Amino acid sequence: MIYFENVTKIYSDGAPPAVADITLGIDPGEFVSIVGHSGAGKTTLLKMLFAEVYPTEGQVFFGSRNIAELSDKDLLKMRRNIGTVFQDFRLLPTKNVYENIAFALEVAGKSDDDIQADVPHVLDLVGLADKIWNFPHELSGGEQQRVAIARAIVNQPEVLIADEPTGNLDPINTHDVVEILKKVNDLGTTVLLTTHNKTVVDSVGRRVVTMDQGKIVRDDKQGKYVL
Amino acid sequence: MWVTTKRVARYGVAGFVRNGFVSLAAVVIMTITLFVVALLLISGAALNSTLKALTDKVDVTVYFTTNATEPQIQDIQNQLKALPEVASVTYVSPDEALATFRERHKNDQLTMQALDELGTNPLGAALEIRAKETSQYESIAKYLNTQQSAATGSGAVIDKVNFYQNKTAIDRLTTIIQSSRRLGIAVALVMALASIIITFNTIRLAIYTSRDEIGVMNLVGAGHWYVRGPFMIAGVLYGAVAAIVVLLLLYPITLWLGPASERFMGTFNVFNYFTGAFPLFFLALMVSGIALGALSSYLAVRRYLHT
Repeated sequence: MIYFENVTKIYSDGAPPAVADITLGIDPGEFVSIVGHSGAGKTTLLKMLFAEVYPTEGQVFFGSRNIAELSDKDLLKMRRNIGTVFQDFRLLPTKNVYENIAFALEVAGKSDDDIQADVPHVLDLVGLADKIWNFPHELSGGEQQRVAIARAIVNQPEVLIADEPTGNLDPINTHDVVEILKKVNDLGTTVLLTTHNKTVVDSVGRRVVTMDQGKIVRDDKQGKYVL
Repeated sequence: MWVTTKRVARYGVAGFVRNGFVSLAAVVIMTITLFVVALLLISGAALNSTLKALTDKVDVTVYFTTNATEPQIQDIQNQLKALPEVASVTYVSPDEALATFRERHKNDQLTMQALDELGTNPLGAALEIRAKETSQYESIAKYLNTQQSAATGSGAVIDKVNFYQNKTAIDRLTTIIQSSRRLGIAVALVMALASIIITFNTIRLAIYTSRDEIGVMNLVGAGHWYVRGPFMIAGVLYGAVAAIVVLLLLYPITLWLGPASERFMGTFNVFNYFTGAFPLFFLALMVSGIALGALSSYLAVRRYLHT
């Protein structure tokens, strides 16, 4: 489903590669935790999947399509099929919870009736039905991250990318977020998770890809957090 | 399409209201810019009106000899009217000339006495000529001179042309008028340009605060117009609100300055001009405000848009 083929990314001339000659395949429905020290290349690898950066060498495929060859229109369409969650939540600060989630549905061309039905449903799923009209600054970090996850999954994407989603959260919220990610995966969505958190990786207990200095150093089907 | 437009408009208005401080700053700067535009309109009209009043005071008078007959004068009047530079030619009969002379010198006993002793009217008829532009008086005077020198002896009916007495004043006025117009245009251009740059930068700063938001919209898969639209609507609102504020401010300001402007510039009353040309002000301020707001937002967002 997702295939990185001999991918290298160098940000500036003379700098060491952020990602060095990586080949990695991910099947539909997998839950893959990508672990490694800061600067290991985890985030760059994910960014290449939703084309925020392009590889210097090699190719990235989403399904059968080479991402570098997609037109702007197809790229936007592909992004609507990939949900993204970040450490810093990246919610739209001037929009309330309902509007933040509705925005993802609107850009996908959903009708107002569908949006009115889907948003409360997804908020129920992440346990935030009572915060529907709050603005992001009125929510705790854990709540903001759950809104971000709701926004990422409301379009029922094929893939959910979670880049350090628990980095700013306390252990209880971390546990909640991981449980939601597992639930999303159980519903059939492929989940790519990067994290530093050993407890998180061990509690997921699925495939673990370990990176170091831009390279994959371990790839365990039922892995644990080992650095 | 309609649904998308409606959503973009709704987010634009919501963004304008929710980013209260940023919107306020943008509206204030835009108000100053549009105030400059209004000042340019007013000062342009005031300059034109003053120059016109001055220009109207300038003329060239052809004095005829007392033995010039009316048909001869009429002939010259017709020739002058045919000249493209001439705006109007007014005939002043010897009797009218005498009446004006008497009126002007009514307190000068000596002159009045001398005039009475003469018994006859020593003044000839005259033609007062107004040119379309002050710079054209010289060519009219030259034309009259050629006429004068062509006709000799008893045919010479032109006594004198007063252009050469007034030449220095007319030349100076022509220079002042031309340089005032040029200076007016230059000042207007510089001020307009400065205001546009300031407004553009303010809106750019306002959108800079939303750059992360634009990045998130890109990531969620929003199309360029879906991202850009609400910012452009907010830009349009900055312009429209600022235009209304300027129109509301101009009413009391021009009302207050009206009498003073009339005293200072003679015929030009700034309040009468503002109320008379209100549709022009409304249109000019609205169009420039909305265009400036929308264009600035369009350009500022473009910087942060990427797929």
